[in-house]
Amino acid sequence: MMNLVLQAVEFSYPSVPVLKGVSLGLKSGEMLAIAGRNGSGKSTLIRCMNRILKCRRGHIVLCGEEVKNLRRMDIARKMAYHPQKTSYNFPITVFEAVLMGRYPHSEWDGDKDGEGHVHEALKMLGIEDLALRDFNEISGGQQQKVVIARAIAQEAKILLLDEPTSDLDIRCQLEVMDTIRRLVKERGISAVVAIHDLNLASRYCDRIVMLNKGVICGAGTPREVLTPENIASVYGVDASVHESGGILHIIPRKPIQ
Amino acid sequence: MNRDDIARDDDFTGRYARYKRGKMLFGLFLAAALLAVAVYSICAGSVYVSVGQILRALSGHGDRMNEIILWNIRLPRVFAAIIAGMSLALAGCVMQCLLRNPLASPFTMGISQAAGFGAAFALIVLAPGNVHIAGIPGAVLNNPYTVTLFAFAGSVIGIIVILSLAKFAGLSPQAMILSGVAMGTLFNAATMLLQYFAEDIKVASVIFWTFGDMGRVAKADVMVMLLVAVPAFFYFMRNRRAYNILAGGEDTAKSLGVRTGRLRFAGMLAASIITSVCVAFLGIIGFVGLVAPHMVRAVIGNDNRYLIPISAVFGALLLLGADTLSRTIMPPAVLPVGILTSFMGVPLFICLILKKRRP
Repeated sequence: MMNLVLQAVEFSYPSVPVLKGVSLGLKSGEMLAIAGRNGSGKSTLIRCMNRILKCRRGHIVLCGEEVKNLRRMDIARKMAYHPQKTSYNFPITVFEAVLMGRYPHSEWDGDKDGEGHVHEALKMLGIEDLALRDFNEISGGQQQKVVIARAIAQEAKILLLDEPTSDLDIRCQLEVMDTIRRLVKERGISAVVAIHDLNLASRYCDRIVMLNKGVICGAGTPREVLTPENIASVYGVDASVHESGGILHIIPRKPIQ
Repeated sequence: MNRDDIARDDDFTGRYARYKRGKMLFGLFLAAALLAVAVYSICAGSVYVSVGQILRALSGHGDRMNEIILWNIRLPRVFAAIIAGMSLALAGCVMQCLLRNPLASPFTMGISQAAGFGAAFALIVLAPGNVHIAGIPGAVLNNPYTVTLFAFAGSVIGIIVILSLAKFAGLSPQAMILSGVAMGTLFNAATMLLQYFAEDIKVASVIFWTFGDMGRVAKADVMVMLLVAVPAFFYFMRNRRAYNILAGGEDTAKSLGVRTGRLRFAGMLAASIITSVCVAFLGIIGFVGLVAPHMVRAVIGNDNRYLIPISAVFGALLLLGADTLSRTIMPPAVLPVGILTSFMGVPLFICLILKKRRP
């Protein structure tokens, strides 16, 4: 069953068209990567999916209901969002940051099971020890995990993750992607990941959608999309694609210049 | 679940419970301090009234003079300071959160300046009625209710202009702050223009009004302030979790179900109205709205579930303490309370900044 369907979605900033007729579907238990160059519309597409941005034309259908007809709170119960950067301008503990994920499930006097959900999410990611630390004072990798923990506490069916591995070292990248993959498999939820690292995308994602100037120029399994021709046409990079142990490895052949 | 897991869970729950208890104890300590200062403030003044005399006067069996002092002077003054301190601290706390800016406060958002212009207009242009100001020979405060109404009207016009400009620009925090700063400057300039063409005595009246004074209020004024402050407090408390979320940014808040534009507009409106009412009755009292939330935040963090009520209590304590000191430091003279709030708060604030500096 499709959890999320996009049909001919178009979006423009005041003078710049960004998305030009994007259509795609997301099944439950699926992890979908959105790849493409900087400025190709990856983040914009993710922000249109949960109506942070309102698309100009087209339809976005979430679990059978048009997103534009849903209340913001109803969207939040079904979709969790991981922005590129999260920072708090005032001190806030990790526990409080994760507790925010319970907001869509709260009554006016709070969420009785909220603290239990937060504890479970922190435990799942192995970061209980950080619970009372200031969010702004932990490392980038730990912050990414905290934001994922918030999404777990939110109990959403779909995770929208905008570059969750940017600024992370290789170990943290693998830890974060492992966590997302584990969530998708264990909880049967879906994830959409905007990502630059094609090797990570091919290793962890079931399907890849490649965007070029707001248009989908390739969609399918990693093997179908990550071809030297597609990479050359989207990125302008001459790369070779090798397969070992069932995993694709993309290696640029030579510098651009 | 094995024994280690259970032990770790208990430890986790215990640590978080202790953490929350610490915040609540801090709040209770401030509330107790507020009560103690309030009792002292009712007793102290040019005529000392003991606690026993107060209790007798409250029960209707006291000395007639003490009853007059208590009901007409001390209680309205103490309650005005408590309610105004709470209101200004609440307004500052919510504005800082909604605008994601530590400099946001009723004063920096131009609301106080707008009220000041309204008051100056009433004092200089309309000049209805004459009330002589005690201690300043020749200085005249015109019909106080005309001034109050015009100060309130001025600040409401200021709010409408600031929020309309910000709404036109998409209700972003930056648009609100810039609109507030611009309008504050404009109202200041307009007040100076009025003063430039006014007689000396009227200019003195305007300056006296801007000092801020708890002694101006009557019992009915205190009730009006209370009737505005209480619903605003409950509105802010109802949205305390949404304010927490907003601190993480616009996109995060929207993705968690917060209607950011509406929350910001309604919150700014409520914060502005409670400020306007206080300023209209008491004059301009700077600093409390800016600094009280920061001081509390430095101790308990930014969780608005605790920050909002504790900031309100601390704001009340700061303003009541300053007002009590202003009456008792060099009697019978009464110093402007705004001067005292700054003299008391700034050193404490600087200590907190230095203590929080990073190595």
